[in-house]
Amino acid sequence: MTTEIKERIVGRSIKRREDPKLITGKGSYIDDIKLAGMLHVALVRSPYAHATITSIDARAALAMPGVVAVFTGADMLDINPLPCAWAAGRVKNNVNTPRALAVGTVRHVGEAVAMVLAEDRYIARDAADLVEVEYDALPVVVDAKKATEPGAPQLHENAPQNIVMEWDCGDKAKADAAFASAEVTVAEPIINQRLIPTPMETRGAITRYDEATGEFTVWMTSQAPHVMRLLLTAFVFGIPETKLRCISPNVGGGFGQKIFCYNDMAFTMWAARKLGRPVKFVEDRSENYKASTHGRDHITDAELAGTKDGRITGLRVKTYANLGGYLSTIAPGIPTTLYGRILSGVYKIPAAYCHVTGVYTNTAMVDAYRGAGRPEASYLIERMIDRYAGEIGMDPAEVRRKNFIQPEDFPYDNGLGMLPYDSGNYEPALDKALAMAGYADFRTAQAEARQNGTYLGLGISSYVEVCGVAPSAWVGLAGEGWGAGLFESANVRVHLTGKVAVTTGSLPHGQGLETTFAQVVADELGVPYDDVEIQWGDTQGTPFGYGTYGSRSLTVGGTAIKKSLDKIKEKAKKLAAHMLEANEADIVFEDGKAYVKGSPDKAKTIGEIALQASLAYSLPAGMEPFLDETSYYDPPNCTFPFGTHISIVEVDIETGRIALKRYIAVDDCGNQINPLIVQGQIHGGIVQGLAQALYERAVYDEDGQLLSGTLMDYAIPTAEMAPHIETAHTVTPSPVNPLGVKGAGEAGTIASAQCVMNAVIDALAPFGVKHMQMPATPERVWKAIHGA
Amino acid sequence: MTTISVTVNGKQYTHDVEPRTLLVHFLREQLNLTGTHIGCDTSQCGACVVHINGVSVKSCTTLAVQADGAQVTTIEGLADGATLHPLQEGFWEKHGLQCGYCTPGMIMAAADLLKNNPNPSDDEIRHGLEGNLCRCTGYENIVKAVRYAADKMSAASVS
Repeated sequence: MTTEIKERIVGRSIKRREDPKLITGKGSYIDDIKLAGMLHVALVRSPYAHATITSIDARAALAMPGVVAVFTGADMLDINPLPCAWAAGRVKNNVNTPRALAVGTVRHVGEAVAMVLAEDRYIARDAADLVEVEYDALPVVVDAKKATEPGAPQLHENAPQNIVMEWDCGDKAKADAAFASAEVTVAEPIINQRLIPTPMETRGAITRYDEATGEFTVWMTSQAPHVMRLLLTAFVFGIPETKLRCISPNVGGGFGQKIFCYNDMAFTMWAARKLGRPVKFVEDRSENYKASTHGRDHITDAELAGTKDGRITGLRVKTYANLGGYLSTIAPGIPTTLYGRILSGVYKIPAAYCHVTGVYTNTAMVDAYRGAGRPEASYLIERMIDRYAGEIGMDPAEVRRKNFIQPEDFPYDNGLGMLPYDSGNYEPALDKALAMAGYADFRTAQAEARQNGTYLGLGISSYVEVCGVAPSAWVGLAGEGWGAGLFESANVRVHLTGKVAVTTGSLPHGQGLETTFAQVVADELGVPYDDVEIQWGDTQGTPFGYGTYGSRSLTVGGTAIKKSLDKIKEKAKKLAAHMLEANEADIVFEDGKAYVKGSPDKAKTIGEIALQASLAYSLPAGMEPFLDETSYYDPPNCTFPFGTHISIVEVDIETGRIALKRYIAVDDCGNQINPLIVQGQIHGGIVQGLAQALYERAVYDEDGQLLSGTLMDYAIPTAEMAPHIETAHTVTPSPVNPLGVKGAGEAGTIASAQCVMNAVIDALAPFGVKHMQMPATPERVWKAIHGA
Repeated sequence: MTTISVTVNGKQYTHDVEPRTLLVHFLREQLNLTGTHIGCDTSQCGACVVHINGVSVKSCTTLAVQADGAQVTTIEGLADGATLHPLQEGFWEKHGLQCGYCTPGMIMAAADLLKNNPNPSDDEIRHGLEGNLCRCTGYENIVKAVRYAADKMSAASVS
């Protein structure tokens, strides 16, 4: 028996256990997987944004050596369209979802019309070019607001004026009254432009079908393989869930785009069953841009009311949310629950109201993208705060301070139908960020610089986000309309060798969950970190779970692990009492050992207890062998991380170019298990968010052609375009879960776009600029300076 | 079909390829060296960077036949047996990767950068890696990782 005190590993920045294989080229991503006899798919995609398919002629393609088959949507009428699993709460959703391949009509450029299956990828691609499809073009609409106007082209018969849903939250009468009696009001059109998530690995699926058993195995680039299994079997194929095994191998980034159910999962399954051979499809980048989901795309009118001395009294918001040509898996929930209900941000706003119109247009589907609704909300309120501060001539930091929800206000009900904010202390994060930025001296330096023709700007963003969305009773069918639960699962087994195997429905695609989870397990059980194995990503061998998105994996999945560990420890205590011939009530479990209170020298280690449980020749009456416990954790509330970010920019007024001089992030995600990983999540989130402010915009022309259809045209940041990031944090543990954690994956993205835009507009204040739309490209900045 | 002979990671291979076969497909499909990735179709992302005769190239924009007779190094050949290359070590130590998809190309590009500029400034590192995209890290820790490797390699060359 070892008696030394084991060093705690939670809270330490240990390097990731995921990395050795990834830095040596030994990862296994979807395109690395090869199966014997595997066929390759190339798709024929619509060049039109809206058209009727009049004929498809595949004869020339089929005549090519190496081509095995060509299928169209008409061949696959025996399977259902993909499901939409989130009917936004309390309203009718006029649901239209895509089929595996288009039938009759195409509604966006890049919609898949036919699939070619061939012996290798080159042949498949050549043959796809030989499939002749005739179309009758139909009128096109790509703008969400225009799509609702009289005379606009109609996409779906069951959605008059292209409206998916009309949804609202807050108190309209109270908000109207606040505006009617307001001392000051400000109003701005706010456009949150469409973005393309762009995980560096595109999406794909490989299906193998076993004719003898009727079982499918699908390898997929998925953030939620259990959910895919449910949707593909129960909804698309109408087969028992047990006939499908879904496996997520290494996944090269997701950012939301890989949460959803896609047509390639369905058509590879259908074709593999039809042909009796494994079938592989992996998108190329331009296919990913045209046909996988996009994010954001709101057109909004925002109004804020307040007093002359800086007290906010009202907020009114009207948003058109572009959801694309069809509804993706959880699309309606993003601009409603995850947007409208958090619009008041970190502020006490006594009267707020938000109305959202969800709209079909001839564009790619829009669904969750990193932050999902919360970046749009945070951008809006933080832009309007600055606009209001400018209007009343007050320091924007002081307006924020004056309106912050105070520590004693928690749990806080924001009046927009969000669950009560769990905990928060917003001022210390603001103060820390201001101190790091040297705010006290900045305004003087800024004024002096302007004298010298240098235009500096400082932007502040104080944000709150909603992570680990739960409980199922609130978000689910009885409440917000999510068509499922949002709990998470974990099984923990302590094997007779003392090694610990953990399986969970959460799964990493860059988040370092293997490392973070193993840290929690090692400390809780008092076992060596290296003795803990975290297994994930395969529906065969992991308990049903909802997957990884919405910054939920540690708050919900990590807590499921903790719950299982608690059960393991309870059982270990019972067994230790038996082994030590003591009363269970007298047993303490600490640092991986169970002993009678006051006699730590006669302890049984978890390894000894696990061995006893496994050999099973001497167990207490009624105890089952083995230490093996499963938990499904459904949290009582969401968690609400927060913080303040500050950026300083310099605008070249001759060219309109913006230089990011400093970026400061003070975040509070509660307790941190691995600060190195948390910091990495913050860094990446920030650059994705500020890219929206400065660089990225998915552009459709009026004919529905995606002009930003490749990485040549869609400006994701390079290393030179990203700033050095200065990070710090405060720690306000969440009372929601026993780990006290809040989530960190989306925080950076939720905080950063407005942080940079506020800085740009601050720099341009001498030119009378009060607001401008993202991205602040040199052209737009130059035009704003020159009033063009 | 054309026959090519290529030395990849010190091992010689002779294969028949279509003249249009891209080097990245030759490496991944025919040699099963799947550490070299494909992230785009316009030569922007750099996930496919390998070395040909010690110089970094995007293998998605290089034909396999262009590598005939050449020495190719991929991420699988960068470590010295069980000893990681200082860049691999740096990426691990400094949390320079998250999903890992861009990492092989990023490391190979950085290796070429350090060969030409053994002691780059942070700005030079950022400039030198402008042909490689990462969507996860925000580049902050990639810069630190390359800095770590530069320091380690220059310390080794002094001692």
